[in-house]
Amino acid sequence: MRIVKYDDIVNAVKEMIVYSTTHLSDDMLQALKKAYAEEKSEVSKAVLAQLLENAEIAANESKPLCQDTGLAIFFVKIGEEVKIEGGTIKRAIYEGTEKGYKEGYLRASTCDCFTRANLKDKAGYNLPPIIYFDIVEGDKIEIEYAAKGGGSENVSRATVLAPAQGKEGIKEFVKKVISDAGPNPCPPLVVGVGIGGSFDMAAVMSKHALFRDIGSVNPDPEMASFEEELKEELNRLGIGAMGMGGTQTVLAVHIETFEDRMCHIASLPVSVNVQCHSSRHSHITI
Amino acid sequence: MATYRLKTPLSEEDVVKLKAGDIVYLSGTIYTARDAAHKRLVELIQKGEKLPFELKGAVIYFVGPTPPKPGEAIGSAGPTTSYRMDSYSPLLIEHGLKGMIGKGKRNDAVKEACKRFKAVYFGATGGAGALLSERIKSAKVIAYEELGPEAVRELVVDQFPVVVVNDTYGNDLYEEGRKLWEQK
Repeated sequence: MRIVKYDDIVNAVKEMIVYSTTHLSDDMLQALKKAYAEEKSEVSKAVLAQLLENAEIAANESKPLCQDTGLAIFFVKIGEEVKIEGGTIKRAIYEGTEKGYKEGYLRASTCDCFTRANLKDKAGYNLPPIIYFDIVEGDKIEIEYAAKGGGSENVSRATVLAPAQGKEGIKEFVKKVISDAGPNPCPPLVVGVGIGGSFDMAAVMSKHALFRDIGSVNPDPEMASFEEELKEELNRLGIGAMGMGGTQTVLAVHIETFEDRMCHIASLPVSVNVQCHSSRHSHITI
Repeated sequence: MATYRLKTPLSEEDVVKLKAGDIVYLSGTIYTARDAAHKRLVELIQKGEKLPFELKGAVIYFVGPTPPKPGEAIGSAGPTTSYRMDSYSPLLIEHGLKGMIGKGKRNDAVKEACKRFKAVYFGATGGAGALLSERIKSAKVIAYEELGPEAVRELVVDQFPVVVVNDTYGNDLYEEGRKLWEQK
């Protein structure tokens, strides 16, 4: 067994939160620069210029890129040969999240569902995070983190289509979600699409699809070309940066399927998780 | 598309010259409020009580900033999605509110109130919180401190960049801009 110390996980989580909420990742920067170069609408281009300037200011001053520093979302893979000393991994991620958000001067955006009260003194600063655990072979811990804002989450949708609707049905559903959302989720967007599994699994996969770097190629060639087809369709909607009209609505579409495209014989689950242009995600291995 | 530099508070004369798509640089005092604060402001008006700031000619910015670091006026401070304020905005407009800054679509009741009582809805760039915070020179909580990021703050801004989305004539930049670029 390999021993990993609780405090090392806390510190790693804290650091990845503070860094990724203030420094736009390289894949996003390149995608925004490309969108700026290709945008034909003047007003949308002006917005993209502001976003590039914003990324520079944020990095130089270590200031959050966006005031909505989100719910903290984690996908964690724990190797079977790892033993954590000093506490559980779940507690370590909670503690790292609280420290990162508090000490990094990030916003505590969690609240009670009904009273809407911000319970940072009772529940903890921006706690709880959303964590998905997986157990894998090996002696490493992999942690993926994203700060997920509310604006783009609010327009995300999941459904279960009839099998006969097939790829055409999926395309129509994705188009409707992005079209209805219009300016609200802060385009240009990254669109995560989860296909297959069950109703809930499709939603989780659509979220995880957002963690993939823009520019990376889907290992399933058919899905890789479906991603391109969807992206082209969505960019025909004319929504543009911040919805003010333009050609650059979507930076990338990322599809995840369940275990090589499996689902129930009666169902075709599909979920669309929308990500704004401030896609703050990172990945570490301990 | 025209460009204007305006000082707050805004007059009727200021807002009727604005058209959807115009760029405006705002300077002066503006106020922050999100859902929770809007709910309380509307309740005060309904009870006939005094608001924590003068509504006549006022501009409200829909924002919940990050906490400032020592020495900063404000943390990151970009707009939040505006539809959550739709049920409250018309009454505030009727009582003198002249400008709102946010992002995203407004409903017909808000657009109608903008036409009828002469007010405008401005869009700021969502996710440009670091850039926009540089145009905010000071920030002071003036009401509802217990709401944390949702408290009402008085901000002094200098050349704060916004775009007119809904004007006093019923135009909507989101609808018109999209029509212009949509490929069927």
